[in-house]
Amino acid sequence: MRLELEGITKRFPGVVANDHVDLVIEEGEVHGLLGENGAGKSTLMNILYGLYSADEGEIRIDGTPVTFADPGQAIDAGIGMVHQHFMLVPVFTVAENIVLGVEKVSGFGKLDRARASQEVRELAERSGLHVDPDAKVEDLPVGIQQRVEILKALYRDAALLILDEPTAVLTPQESDDLFDAIRAFKAEGRSVVFISHKLREHRAVADRISVLRRGSIVGTAEPDEVSEQDLANLMVGRPVELVVDKPQAHVQDSVLRLDGLTVHDARGNPVVRDVDLEVHRGEILAIAGVEGNGQSPLVEAITGLRSAHDGSVTVGGTSIAHMTRKQVLRSGVGHVPENRGRDGLIAQFSIAENCVLNQWDMEPFAKRHTLQFGAIAEHAQRLVNSYDIRTPSITTPASSLSGGNQQKLVIAREFDQPIDLLVASQPTRGIDVGSIEYIHQQLVAKRDDGTAVVLVSSELDEVLALADRVAVMFRGELVGPFDMPVAKEAMGLMMAGTDPAEAMAKGA
Amino acid sequence: MSDDTPGPDDQTPPEQTASTSGSSHDRPTDVLDSDELSQAEVEAARERERREVSVELGATIGQRFVAAVTGVGLIVTLLAIFSALVIGALIIALSDDATREALSYFTARPSDTFASAWEVVSGAYASMFRGAFAGLGPISETLVAATPLILTGLAVAVPLRTGLFNIGGEGQMVAGGTVAGFIGFWIVGLPTLIHLPLALLAGALAGALYGWIPGVLKARTGAHEVISTIMLNNIALLVLAWILTTEFFRRPDRADPISKSMQDSAMLPEFLTGYRVNLGLVLALAIAAAIFWMMERSTVGFELNAVGLNPNAAATAGMSPGRSIITAMSTGGMLAGAAGATVILGVQGRITDGFSAGLGFEGITVALLGRGRVGGTVAAGLLFGSMRSGGRLMQAQTGIALDLVLVLQGLIIVFIAAPALVRAIYRIRTEGFASGHVSKGWGS
Amino acid sequence: MTATMTTQAPEALARRNRRFGVFSLVCAVVMAGVFARVPAGAQATFVLTDARGAAVTVPNIVVNVMPVVLAMTAIVLAIAAMQFTRGFGRWSVWVAGAVAALLVAAFLTWAAADSAVSLIALFRGTIRSATPIALGAMCGVLCERAGVINIAIEGQLVAGAFTAAVVSTVFASAWIGLGGGMLAGMLIGGMLAILTIKFHADQIVSGVVLWVLSVGSTSFLASQVLARDAAAYNTPVRFPSLSIPGLAQIPFLGPVLFRHTIIGFAMFIAVVALTYALFQTRWGLRLRSVGEHPKAADTVGIKVLATRYKAVILGGAFAGIGGAWFTLDATGQFSREMSGGRGFIALAAMLVGRYHPVGAFGAAILFGFASGLATSVQRLPVPIPSTLMLTAPYVITILVVAGLVGRLRPPAAGGKPYIKE
Repeated sequence: MRLELEGITKRFPGVVANDHVDLVIEEGEVHGLLGENGAGKSTLMNILYGLYSADEGEIRIDGTPVTFADPGQAIDAGIGMVHQHFMLVPVFTVAENIVLGVEKVSGFGKLDRARASQEVRELAERSGLHVDPDAKVEDLPVGIQQRVEILKALYRDAALLILDEPTAVLTPQESDDLFDAIRAFKAEGRSVVFISHKLREHRAVADRISVLRRGSIVGTAEPDEVSEQDLANLMVGRPVELVVDKPQAHVQDSVLRLDGLTVHDARGNPVVRDVDLEVHRGEILAIAGVEGNGQSPLVEAITGLRSAHDGSVTVGGTSIAHMTRKQVLRSGVGHVPENRGRDGLIAQFSIAENCVLNQWDMEPFAKRHTLQFGAIAEHAQRLVNSYDIRTPSITTPASSLSGGNQQKLVIAREFDQPIDLLVASQPTRGIDVGSIEYIHQQLVAKRDDGTAVVLVSSELDEVLALADRVAVMFRGELVGPFDMPVAKEAMGLMMAGTDPAEAMAKGA
Repeated sequence: MSDDTPGPDDQTPPEQTASTSGSSHDRPTDVLDSDELSQAEVEAARERERREVSVELGATIGQRFVAAVTGVGLIVTLLAIFSALVIGALIIALSDDATREALSYFTARPSDTFASAWEVVSGAYASMFRGAFAGLGPISETLVAATPLILTGLAVAVPLRTGLFNIGGEGQMVAGGTVAGFIGFWIVGLPTLIHLPLALLAGALAGALYGWIPGVLKARTGAHEVISTIMLNNIALLVLAWILTTEFFRRPDRADPISKSMQDSAMLPEFLTGYRVNLGLVLALAIAAAIFWMMERSTVGFELNAVGLNPNAAATAGMSPGRSIITAMSTGGMLAGAAGATVILGVQGRITDGFSAGLGFEGITVALLGRGRVGGTVAAGLLFGSMRSGGRLMQAQTGIALDLVLVLQGLIIVFIAAPALVRAIYRIRTEGFASGHVSKGWGS
Repeated sequence: MTATMTTQAPEALARRNRRFGVFSLVCAVVMAGVFARVPAGAQATFVLTDARGAAVTVPNIVVNVMPVVLAMTAIVLAIAAMQFTRGFGRWSVWVAGAVAALLVAAFLTWAAADSAVSLIALFRGTIRSATPIALGAMCGVLCERAGVINIAIEGQLVAGAFTAAVVSTVFASAWIGLGGGMLAGMLIGGMLAILTIKFHADQIVSGVVLWVLSVGSTSFLASQVLARDAAAYNTPVRFPSLSIPGLAQIPFLGPVLFRHTIIGFAMFIAVVALTYALFQTRWGLRLRSVGEHPKAADTVGIKVLATRYKAVILGGAFAGIGGAWFTLDATGQFSREMSGGRGFIALAAMLVGRYHPVGAFGAAILFGFASGLATSVQRLPVPIPSTLMLTAPYVITILVVAGLVGRLRPPAAGGKPYIKE
């Protein structure tokens, strides 16, 4: 199908998410949609899929104008979408998920499960996306869940497939498999819209690339016509430095030490297995890996949010085994949680209140159990000024800030206290490039102050740019750490579970 | 499960509430480090801020008052009360025999229907008003009725601020009243100055303990407090029914379930002879003031509020959600227990089957009307107290059942619970008004 | 989401086995220490024949109390030994249930010492008390599976009872009365749906509010209208008891299972029909998807809000039938607050039954048994107050929600409004 979008505009309170977007997707084309987080890619695709309605503009399929009031109509028109956060019911089987909405029934509305399984099995066979139709989705690894999502679209015979940030949860190798599948769809004559904020991936798979910035299309190009640097400039609107300016590290004494650390999840399964690690003052140790390989429980164990099942965590020579989270933090640990909306901020609290969230009961912010609002306001004003948090006032609720400024608020709170160890998880996720650069500089500055920094990130580029030493987590085990530099390809292989020696040899 | 986390921007800016999807927040934030951009970001934040009504913890009484009067809250509240009275009027009219009769020939003489309805409705509301406010006697009765309501309202409000829905006020009140009453009749020969505080304290502690149970269950096992408190209510009522049949409690000369009478030394003194309003009111207001300090000014309150709004972030910042849950539920239980004690020691003078009379449940509506805030809850307690006392006069004078008060309260809260409904009816143009979601599903 | 995550750790299982073992031991101690202490030779009589006379007369069972209780104790001890050593694997919960059943049987034997207990009355009483609870629980299951928490069931029961009584009186027909009861339940369901789905009001708050509102309005109308002219408004035509020909003649089981009013049979039908509909049909699959992951359902073209509306309103019909039971089956008139908290027990039954119609039904039977037992024991010279026995369902529910017998897994989207742009 040939799809045209013309003049699509979508406004949200306070912002224009899509501003007169024009886009044409040819039949049998893989069209890359590039843009940084917040550029309006997902909004645009949600409009196309009938989840949002556009305020202005027209959608045409093969020249005929169409409107989609809900996803059902988009599906009927031949559009399929693989969402970044899978739209799968975890407690249903693969087959149930795939047929949901287009189920075949025998008498009395009875579900024909056998037929569904059979059809899914055949479809999986045909498309080379192998999956057990009777497995429960929640038992499947993410990569397979994504296959189910794709099969869901294929089962509905989608002529146009939208893939929204499909590689975010995949290892580089799994991503390559996905690219093969995308090329196969193209060969069948299907069109594909491939959304990503990673330049490399577009160059690998797209026939044409459109760049979205601040809700508008700022350019369309063929991959071999432009350089990555050009694309990057187009995406952020000015020349960006892909490298962080970082002086030589001055490594001092050890601050954090893990010995045989093993952490179990709620069901008693090990999610961190036998990890040994030592981190020193004045260095950034980065932990890479595809998400869900145990990074979160590892960070929680280090910062006292979760207790270790086995092994020990020592901070500054003291074991934290019998400390509460509060005691761990007060012994000189700063923690930037990976999900600021969920863990870092209280959205309804004011900026001032959020600034003292981790020291609300300490002098000078509280005296004899009574909050000292004067001291709190003073502190908040200082942080707002020195960390460039853009806000009308310190009484503004944190929820009113933009993502980047919210993150700066968290950074300000965690950095502006005397700490020996800083654990930062995904500190730049989902924020604008300007804030990313700022946060990177702050991390390096904190390191140069003599703090031991543990950086957990699933963005390989960020890890390689900031790390003094680097380790990889895979299925709960820590591989490394290795001194920098380490080749990107080797990192990718290790993230997929390849033995380090082999990975280094191949990657080099 | 470990990585089943929503996107990082899920709870951030308002437009994100429109979509539970991904981490790509669809807001164009550019990178130009210009003053212009900085200004734009500040403006966007200001715009979003305008859509929310929030009162800071440290706000003064004056600021709170201004916020209450200028915010949408007060308007919605008044409209909710008005709407409830209108619907209540319809119910009164329809349940009136004369009006129904007139309605049967409505097409012939519609004026009869309206005249008859007006008579019965205005009569009912007028006598309700008189019963609540006209003279010392009615005012005393209003305050007597409001005393336990203020306390049971706070018993719901404090947990509500911590993200918990305490439906157990009734059971906690029964526990508190029973134990206070037990101390009240069992200990003989103490001076009032010791006996009364002792009985009150025992009642409050019993209530606290009975609130502590669902708190601990929630903190340790994730058992939903709504379920466990409902169950504990029933258990308390059954146990009370049984206790009152035992030799030890039952009044020897009576066969029905009534306990021995309180010693005079355990009774809350009245201010004026002939009027039932007693020291319990002062006690309730003093407790409310203490709760205000606790929730709005103290470090404990900061923690409780933080846990209520976002337990994950609170835990990450070093607070202890489990402990806060237990604190909030125990405090709630203590308040309800104190309410039970004021009823037994202030008004009834003996423990009877069902002395709690739904006051614990009414606390839910009081707290919801007060939106979980201390001042609002006290005001709501006074309002509902006046409706209770006015309703009694209405029943005596006009024969309209006291249950009308329950209907009115229910209707008020329907509108309060769904502010969007009030806005839809009256076409108020305001968005983002805090509706205070408390439920997070049954899970832990 | 790493690969190995689904199996339970052995330590957790061992801990659970130990916990069940301790439970069995405590039961054995109570049985041997309390229930076996009767004068030697004391006999208990269990009546198995209905007073109304069945085609076949079954002789009463007469047992010697002490040896029988001691034999039961021995079985429990054997089970305890097994629990401490090997455990029962996936049957653990069932075995613990069997221990509890033995405890109850021993209690009953002890209570009936030198006296007689009619098992027919006990089990008929069980099913009868379970009827409104089970029907209310079906309402709960339907709402929760669609992602709407409904704690207004109590209100739906009382509204159903009220409306059924009035309508049945006015139209002099139990069937029309039943229809009225269903409509009342659906009306409250509809209000819950509008408040929570359209106006995004908090689901628990809305439920509480509707409960207060329906208890208030029915009480008001009862004293304002019904009490003044009971003959005109509050003397409903009741449903007669029906016997299923043939089946009702089966000794013991016949009167227990096959002789009820139409509402009693409706409960059985509701359980079976709802189980089939939820888990075997397209309708059920879609409804459950809406409760688990509404956005996923939306993206495949399922109308999330419409599905929720329908589920909540249909659920109201079940609760309405349960409410009608009070006035059209149990008693012949409406009295204020007559559902007496059964709606909350229904809620509890739904939770104990883990959101499954059959499980909820089982829990309702369990709770019905507790009240049947309390009634039976009331007549016996037993030093246990029957009011205290009535607390059993509540205690069991607290234990269940506290996860002492395994973790609850509610539908994932329960309690959250679904807000589209």
